[in-house]
Amino acid sequence: MTAATIRTKSMTSGEAILAPLFAVLAFLCLVGAALAHDTAFAFHASLGSIASLAAAFTILNRYYDRPAEPPAQEINGLPNYNLGPIKFASVAAVFWGIAGFTVGLIIAAQLAWPALNLDLPWTTFGRLRPLHTSAVIFAFGGNVLIATSLYVVQKTCRVRLAGELAPWFVVLGYNFFILIAGTGYLLGVTQSKEYAEPEWYADLWLTIVWVTYLLVFLMTLVKRKEPHIFVANWFYLAFIVTIAVLHLGNNPALPVSFLGSKSYVAWGGVQDAMFQWWYGHNAVGFFLTAGFLAIMYYFIPKRAERPIYSYRLSIIHFWALIFLYIWAGPHHLHYTALPDWAQTLGMTFSIMLWMPSWGGMINGLMTLSGAWDKLRTDPVLRMLVVSVAFYGMATFEGPMMSIKVVNSLSHYTDWTIGHVHSGALGWVGFVSFGALYCLVPWLWNRKGLYSLKLVNWHFWISTLGIVLYISAMWVSGILQGLMWRAYTSLGFLEYSFIESVEAMHPFYIIRAAGGALFLIGALIMAYNLWMTVNAAEAKETQAAGLLQPAE
Amino acid sequence: MSLWNRHAIFEKNSIILIVGILAVIAIGGLVEITPLFYLKSTIEVVDGIRPYTPLELTGRNIYVREGCYLCHSQMIRPLRDEVERYGHYSLAAESMYDHPFQWGSKRTGPDLARVGAKYSDDWHVRHLIDPRAIVPQSVMPGYPALAETEVDLENISAHLRTSRAVGVPYSDEQIINAKADLKAQANPDSPEADAFQKRYPKAAVRNFDGKAGNPTELDALVAYLQMLGTLVDFKLYDEKANLR
Repeated sequence: MTAATIRTKSMTSGEAILAPLFAVLAFLCLVGAALAHDTAFAFHASLGSIASLAAAFTILNRYYDRPAEPPAQEINGLPNYNLGPIKFASVAAVFWGIAGFTVGLIIAAQLAWPALNLDLPWTTFGRLRPLHTSAVIFAFGGNVLIATSLYVVQKTCRVRLAGELAPWFVVLGYNFFILIAGTGYLLGVTQSKEYAEPEWYADLWLTIVWVTYLLVFLMTLVKRKEPHIFVANWFYLAFIVTIAVLHLGNNPALPVSFLGSKSYVAWGGVQDAMFQWWYGHNAVGFFLTAGFLAIMYYFIPKRAERPIYSYRLSIIHFWALIFLYIWAGPHHLHYTALPDWAQTLGMTFSIMLWMPSWGGMINGLMTLSGAWDKLRTDPVLRMLVVSVAFYGMATFEGPMMSIKVVNSLSHYTDWTIGHVHSGALGWVGFVSFGALYCLVPWLWNRKGLYSLKLVNWHFWISTLGIVLYISAMWVSGILQGLMWRAYTSLGFLEYSFIESVEAMHPFYIIRAAGGALFLIGALIMAYNLWMTVNAAEAKETQAAGLLQPAE
Repeated sequence: MSLWNRHAIFEKNSIILIVGILAVIAIGGLVEITPLFYLKSTIEVVDGIRPYTPLELTGRNIYVREGCYLCHSQMIRPLRDEVERYGHYSLAAESMYDHPFQWGSKRTGPDLARVGAKYSDDWHVRHLIDPRAIVPQSVMPGYPALAETEVDLENISAHLRTSRAVGVPYSDEQIINAKADLKAQANPDSPEADAFQKRYPKAAVRNFDGKAGNPTELDALVAYLQMLGTLVDFKLYDEKANLR
C-alpha cells in the first residue's frame, strides 16, 4: 500500500458478495457432512466445507494485501493481461494429463491381466474407467481449453480478462469439480451416463462454474479493442455455450435425499438413451472438437507465422460444423430400440459431417503454405500439424463407422475404442501438447522451450504409442465383430463369447504397451516444461519480459 | 462478395454471435428428441412390463455403482447372430422404467439384456465373487465385498418415491411396504413373502445368495440379474400388435 494512494481502499462488489457467500457455504457443507446419509456424501461435503473456508479466507486475505486501486487495464498503452489463472490451468492440465494417462494404462493392463483389479471395490475396472475418461477429457482437456481460451481471448481482443475474482473462480472451481467427480467414482458415486457420470451436486456446482466461465469469456469479448471477433473465439464460444446446453439437457435428476449422493435421472429408457448420446456425441463435437479447433486456429498460424489459409473456409467450417454435429448422436444407437427414423437421421448427418471436418482440416494444414520447411526444424509445429492429420483420419473413420452396416460390425467392439483414441491421443492429445509447448514459454516469459530435442523425443515416442494403440484396437475390434457373427457350415454360431474374449489377450497387451509409450511421452513433456520455467539459463531472459501480470 | 461481407454482423457483435450459435445448435436436438416424447410408436405397449421390486432396484443401483454397463450391454440388436446368441431383440418397453437406461456401448463381456433365468443363483453367486473360478478365461473383476455387505433397508421407500416422481408407476402401497418387500423377496419362508408376491406378481422370491439373515448386496444384484429380460413372455408377444 503506497502512501501516494489517495483513494481509500474499499471492497469490490465481488469480494463483498463472495467472501460471506463462501463462509455460508462452508457452514452449509459442514451441516451436510454431519447429517449425510452415506459416507461418500459426507466426504464430499467435508471437502466442500474446507474448500469454501479456504476460498473465503483467501478472498479476505487478498483484499487486505492488495493495493487500493484495482489492477490497471493497460500499462503504457499495452493491455495488462491477466495470466495468473491461465498459469494455474496450464499446470493443472499437465498434472491431470499424467494422472489420466496413468489410470488409462492401469485399466488397459487390467483387461490383459484381470488380477490387477485386486478385487477391492475401489480398484475395479468399472470404477477406474470413468476416472480415466473424466481425467483425460474433462481434467486434462478441460484445463487446456480453459487455459488457452482465456489466453487467446485476451490476446485477440487486446484487453485484460473481464473480472478479477471470476477467472480464478472458474479455474479453481472447475478443478474442484474434477476432484469431487474423480473421488466420487472411486467411492461408487456415479449416475452411469457415460462422460456425464458425476452425481447431482457435482453437476450443480459445474453449472455455476460453467456459467461464470461463459460470462468471463463473453464479457471479455464485449469489451474488446479489436473490431472483429477472431475466428478461434467463435469456436471457443460455441464450445462453451453448447456444453452448457448439453450439460443441462442430459443431467436433470432428482436426488433421493438432499443429504445423499444417489439420484434418479429424469429421463428413462429410450428418451434417456437419446439424451445421453445427444450429449455424449456432442461432448466429442464441442468439447473435444470445437474447443480444440479453436486452439488450431490460433496456435498453428501463430507458430507457423502464417495467416489462416482461408477466411471464407473458416466461416463455412464453423457454421456447418456446429449445425451438423448436433444431429450425429443417434449413430451410437444403431439397431437399438431407438426408432429407425432417428437412427437414419443420425447416420445421414454423421456422413455429412465428414465435409466440414475435412474443410477444417484443410484450413489448418494449408495454413502451412510456404512454411512447410518449418516442420523439419520445429517439433512443436510438427506436433500441431500431425494432430490435424489425426483429426482428418478420425473424422473420416467416424462417418464410416456411423453407416449402419459398418456399425453392425463395429458397435460394441474395441474398434470404437480405437477410433476414440485416434481422435483423443492423436488429435486432442497432440494439439494440447503443441499448445502447452507454445503457451508455457509465453506465460512465464521465457525465450523458448528448455529443449526442442526432448519435444522431438516426446513426438516420436507418443506417435509410436498411438500407432500401436490404434492398430491393436482395429485388429481386435474387427476380429471380435467377425467372431461374434461367424457361422459354421452347419449353420451354428461358430464361437462362444468367451472365445472372443480369449482372442483379445495379445491385442490388449499391445494396446497397454502403446498407452505406456504415450504416458512416457507426457512425462518427458512435464520435465521439459518444468525445466523451461525453472532452469537457470531460462531465467536470464526474464528481464526481457515487458508485462508481468498483476498477480 | 456481398454475402461474405454480411457475415461481419456475427464477427462484430458477440451477442448476435451467441444467439446465432444457440439457434443453429438447437435445431438438430429439437428434431431428434422432442418427437420421442409424443410419438406413440416410440415405446410399444407390451404385457408384463412392471417396475423393479425394491430388491431388484437395489441390485440395479449396485450394477450402476460398480460400472457394469461399461463392459456389458443390455440391448440385443435384431441381427441374426445376436438373436441366436442372446434371445429376442430388446424392446423399447423393456427399459421404459430404467432411470437411467443401461443399454451400454461396449461388450467386453456378453450382453445381459436376457441373462435372467439363464444360470442358477449359485452360478451367479460364485461367478460374482470369483469369475475365474467358473470361467477361467474371464477378464471380469471379482466382487467378494458384495457378499459381506448388507443392503441399506432404511432409505428404500425414498428410492421408490423418487423413482415415482420421475415417472415410474409405483403404488402408495408399494412405497409404504418397500422395506418389508425388500427383506421378503430374499426370504421365501417369511410371513411377508405372500404379501410381497401380491404386490409384485411373478417376481422371483428366493434366498438368492443362499445365506440366512438380512439381504446382502449379492442378494440384490443376483435378484436384478435374474429378472433381466424375463418380464415379456415371447411365446405370447405379438410383433404386429403395435403396427399401424
